[in-house]
Amino acid sequence: MSDILRLLITDYTLRTVALGATVLGVTSGALGAFAVLRRQALLGDAVSHATLPGIALAFLLTQSKAPLVLLVGAAIAGWLGTLLVLAVVNNTRIKEDAALGLILSVFFGGGLVLLTLIQKMPIATQAGLDKFLFGQAAALVESDVIAMAVLAVPTLLLTALFWKEFKLLSFDPEYGATLGFKMRTMDILLTSLIVIAIVIGLQTVGVVLMSAMIVAPGAAARQWTDRLSVMVILSALFGAVSGVTGAVISSTMAHLPTGPTIVLVVSVIVVISLAFAPNRGLVWSYLRERRNRSRMRLEAVLGNMGLMARQHGQQTVGHTSSAIGAMSGGRIGIDARLRDLEQDKLVVQDSDGLWALTERGNQKAAEIMQRGVTE
Amino acid sequence: MSDSGAKQDLAIEVFDLTVAYRDKPVLWDIDLEVPEGVLMAVVGPNGAGKTTMMKSLLGLIKPAAGQVRIFGKPYAEVRSEVGYVPQRGTVDWDFPTTVIDVVMMGAYANLGWFKRPGRKEHEAALHALDRVGMKPFADRQISQLSGGQQQRVFLARALLQDARLYLMDEPFQGVDATTERAIIDILREMRKEGKTVIVVHHDLQTVPEYFDWVTLLNVRRIASGPVEDVFTEDNLRLAYGGKIAFITGQNHDHPEVVEAMEGKEEV
Repeated sequence: MSDILRLLITDYTLRTVALGATVLGVTSGALGAFAVLRRQALLGDAVSHATLPGIALAFLLTQSKAPLVLLVGAAIAGWLGTLLVLAVVNNTRIKEDAALGLILSVFFGGGLVLLTLIQKMPIATQAGLDKFLFGQAAALVESDVIAMAVLAVPTLLLTALFWKEFKLLSFDPEYGATLGFKMRTMDILLTSLIVIAIVIGLQTVGVVLMSAMIVAPGAAARQWTDRLSVMVILSALFGAVSGVTGAVISSTMAHLPTGPTIVLVVSVIVVISLAFAPNRGLVWSYLRERRNRSRMRLEAVLGNMGLMARQHGQQTVGHTSSAIGAMSGGRIGIDARLRDLEQDKLVVQDSDGLWALTERGNQKAAEIMQRGVTE
Repeated sequence: MSDSGAKQDLAIEVFDLTVAYRDKPVLWDIDLEVPEGVLMAVVGPNGAGKTTMMKSLLGLIKPAAGQVRIFGKPYAEVRSEVGYVPQRGTVDWDFPTTVIDVVMMGAYANLGWFKRPGRKEHEAALHALDRVGMKPFADRQISQLSGGQQQRVFLARALLQDARLYLMDEPFQGVDATTERAIIDILREMRKEGKTVIVVHHDLQTVPEYFDWVTLLNVRRIASGPVEDVFTEDNLRLAYGGKIAFITGQNHDHPEVVEAMEGKEEV
């Protein structure tokens, strides 16, 4: 670990990789938070796959491998894909999920064909475009990182500038429109920024898995907070952490593609968030539910004992545990429940093994029965 | 529409409004005049086009034909005079935000582009929350609210706009008695302040008690006017297609509706 830290500071390649991964993680995390809230996660998947033919065509048309040229090609194709999805949804009876699937596979298939053609061309055997499939962080050089930053900085600035408008768009777009905000324009802008965030990560993560970097950090961040601002910042942080960790791991090991590595790291963050985040975490809600259920079972026993006592006209009449169990929906576990109640000094067992309510237990039982009536 | 001078006191004028989804008309040739200062209910069976009419008034839906004038002008010119309370089911209440944040959205129009709400908007939002009895909930996460509380938050957000005309889509839908009371009190306050309020309403029984003006709608405009003139058995039968039962109260001028079954099923 400390070796890697030292390398990060001294090793030029590793530093470049880490910087690039940070830029990509922050941008996709921040914009991805909005995509998650607007239920556009699948759109991210379609857009990232749709960028592939753009990359290939940009290379074919310009014969250039300059990162900015390829990324602009990717952005145009991704954007066209988005517009086509919207056009299909608006003008046909095809629903959004089918439209996304259609565009994704048509564009991605076209991209793969173009990529194969390029690799067969004599001039371009070393084009190396296939690194866009699964990402190759180790190949990042300074000019790549600069190209990424050139796209990322205005994207993040625009997100900050239109914060209030994007919030309105994500929460209640129709109301926003009645306030006089151009919600359609905002929709196009935010979607375009998401497209750019995807494009920034293509070289490092690859078109196949880039959508994970849009969805996963946002989904994880949502678990930890109930505030939009905190969620977006946390999402950016998760994106950066997983980006850097994954990129560094993959570039220190030969032939380990970066995209899958990053996605594995971000998946760990998601799993931890889903399980352990306070309030929303599955572990906590499971424990909470168990506690509630056992409390309700105890209350049911107590309430039934109150009912039996009332029938006999006095609380001190004891009953066998099986009689109490039969009333409380089964004898299984009834003894353990009675012991639990005994520990709380709500019931007592007499020398004959019969159970009766204590004074406190009687009061509690009365409360429970009262609640059962009013609720 | 050059005679705006003569119609100065009309809050809403609608001429020949027609809205269609694909080839199916949702609103057909609606004419409507709503005087300023009334509390008006819009009633009609499911699929009658009530929500569609509200959205067309707000420019959210483009009509196939017809015109809307609000305070004698096109909606775009008087947008800031119009407050909207959408159905609460239209938003995701699990959105990561707080009650006060939602209410402050009512101030966004005045802030304009880019500017963020500040102390002044915060104060105003607290005041609006106080009016709907929700001040203690200001910092609550919105997912923790009950249906009635959600509705009051939406109402507070609209109050913040301090508009002259309010359009509310089913504010009484599935709310508790406290909320219904709170909303009614606010509606009456608004009327006292001379505001015009239009409410899509489902409970026919409370129409005479809550409102002074009513529009009956079923794709076409069945009737529109003061409740005592228009809210008649005949008109209700026209709007609901006869699937409705009445008893006429002896001391009432208008019929008392005991049961309103839903109208024709929407396709």
